[in-house]
Amino acid sequence: MESIPVTWFVALSAILFLIGASGVLLRKNLVIMLMSLELIFNAVNINLVAFSYYLQDLTGQLFAIFSITIAACEVAVALGILIALVRNRRTFSADEIKTLNG
Amino acid sequence: MNFAFSIQDVLGVLPEIIIALGACAMLILDLFLERDKKEWVAYLGIFVVILAAIASWCLINTAEPYVMGRMMVIDNYSLFFKFTFYLATILTLLLSINYAKSADLDYRGEFYTLMIFSLCGMLVMASGSNLITIYLGIELMALPIYVLVGFLKNDTRSNEGAMKYVILGGFASGLLLYGMSLIYGLTGTTDLAGINAALSAGTVSPVILTLSIVLMAAGFCFKLAGFPFHMWAPDAYQAAPTPVTAFMAVASKGAAFAAIVRVFLEALYPAYAEWQMILAVIAVLSMFYGNTVAIMQTNIKRMLAYSSIGHAGYALLGLVAGTGEGSAAIMFYILVYTLMNLGAFAVIIMMRKTGKVAGDSIYDYKGLAKNNKVVALVMLIFLFSLAGIPPMAGFMGKLYIFMALINQGYIILAVLGILTTAIAAFFYIRIVLFMYMKEPEGEFDLVKSCALYIVIAISVIGVILLGVVPGSLMELASKAALLL
Repeated sequence: MESIPVTWFVALSAILFLIGASGVLLRKNLVIMLMSLELIFNAVNINLVAFSYYLQDLTGQLFAIFSITIAACEVAVALGILIALVRNRRTFSADEIKTLNG
Repeated sequence: MNFAFSIQDVLGVLPEIIIALGACAMLILDLFLERDKKEWVAYLGIFVVILAAIASWCLINTAEPYVMGRMMVIDNYSLFFKFTFYLATILTLLLSINYAKSADLDYRGEFYTLMIFSLCGMLVMASGSNLITIYLGIELMALPIYVLVGFLKNDTRSNEGAMKYVILGGFASGLLLYGMSLIYGLTGTTDLAGINAALSAGTVSPVILTLSIVLMAAGFCFKLAGFPFHMWAPDAYQAAPTPVTAFMAVASKGAAFAAIVRVFLEALYPAYAEWQMILAVIAVLSMFYGNTVAIMQTNIKRMLAYSSIGHAGYALLGLVAGTGEGSAAIMFYILVYTLMNLGAFAVIIMMRKTGKVAGDSIYDYKGLAKNNKVVALVMLIFLFSLAGIPPMAGFMGKLYIFMALINQGYIILAVLGILTTAIAAFFYIRIVLFMYMKEPEGEFDLVKSCALYIVIAISVIGVILLGVVPGSLMELASKAALLL
């Protein structure tokens, strides 16, 4: 069976990465920003697993498992902080959060 | 990948194991303590760090540095950084005890414990010899610090600083990881020495290599707060409880340097021509931006945040030199920076009006010298050291960095560095002027605490000693530096 060339996976992951990065930088809703972060991590995982298959080397899959775990931890911490913030400020908008500047 | 697990592997990572188990023990101890006895958790933390330091001491000059199937390396370079982190953590815990008590923080036990967990991540970062372990270390270090920044749960500023930090920090990890995945795709390995070998063979695509270097440099520069990836730093520094600010400023920056120097010198050295320009630009911009914007700040924690961006620039210059001499200069600089910054933060905590968390405007320092001669004098020593004025250690740190640059022929970078030092002198000396030349506007009510005195004493002695006789420590650093 003809296998899919690795460049397709890399292209997919690059597109996902760009969507995620623009989401973090351009969107104003904090929850959407966190979701965009997940997109970036998933782009990385696609890359790692595709390279791992292509190189016939398990390290990439190992890396992907760690990266999935850590992404979960990161989002848990971020949501905890978000809940504390929303309780005090009643807003999800990054634009309204600007007591600190200078 | 087959690896047989031996006692050597366990002994090699014994400091990390002690720290991780010790942090768990602290959590358990916290359950059994009354609210006004929580400082015992911090004392246990200090004890755990000292135990780990002893374990690390026994590992100096090990014959077989690579352990855990080449995942970790226990060379003297990593040990030098580890001792810096131990020192920084012990001093920060001492700073925290009084702070947490007088600010009446909730969950004080967890406050101390999170610092120890973060220390564990720093140790892993310093020892990682594989992209996987380095990434794990970075996250293990960063996650507790996100929580610590947002620790004042009911203070909207603290929430806000933590939120900005966690989103930008996550974004930085994303960039770093994407760069790492590309490197893995190019070279087929995540082992640092393996990457070096594959890059030396020179069959990789230069475009993708440059892209992955840029992504990784961006990710690391986020962690060490270099321009233009510094946006989180001033907000997070100002919002965090002051001991956490000190911890972030010294320990997490130091750990980021430990990792970036190892990755760039050990793995990516064959691509030196590509990355030295990128890092030189980041370093020069950080020095100029950090030191210029610091002039406009009236909040001292924010000012120190911008000054720390500048300091990250100086230390990065050592990496741009790309030699063992440069990496030894970075090690020396980080240690000196730890001492002088923690000392300055100890004075800031001392100045804090009892019970109130804020109150850290630079105008509060007006006339401090009038009735509190000793406190003003030690603050002067720390500020002079941060500014890089000769008898203090900060001057020697910068001198070694500039010497490493000049020996490699980067005269222009050294000149730019010296120019920005002159800019930086302005805002440090302004506070000295406030302390000595102005009349006090009110009564000073300094916090009196034995722990703070210990921190200040250690920092003052360190700053003066390393400034006057830096030779022996620098020799130690040169021997431990990554040799090429």
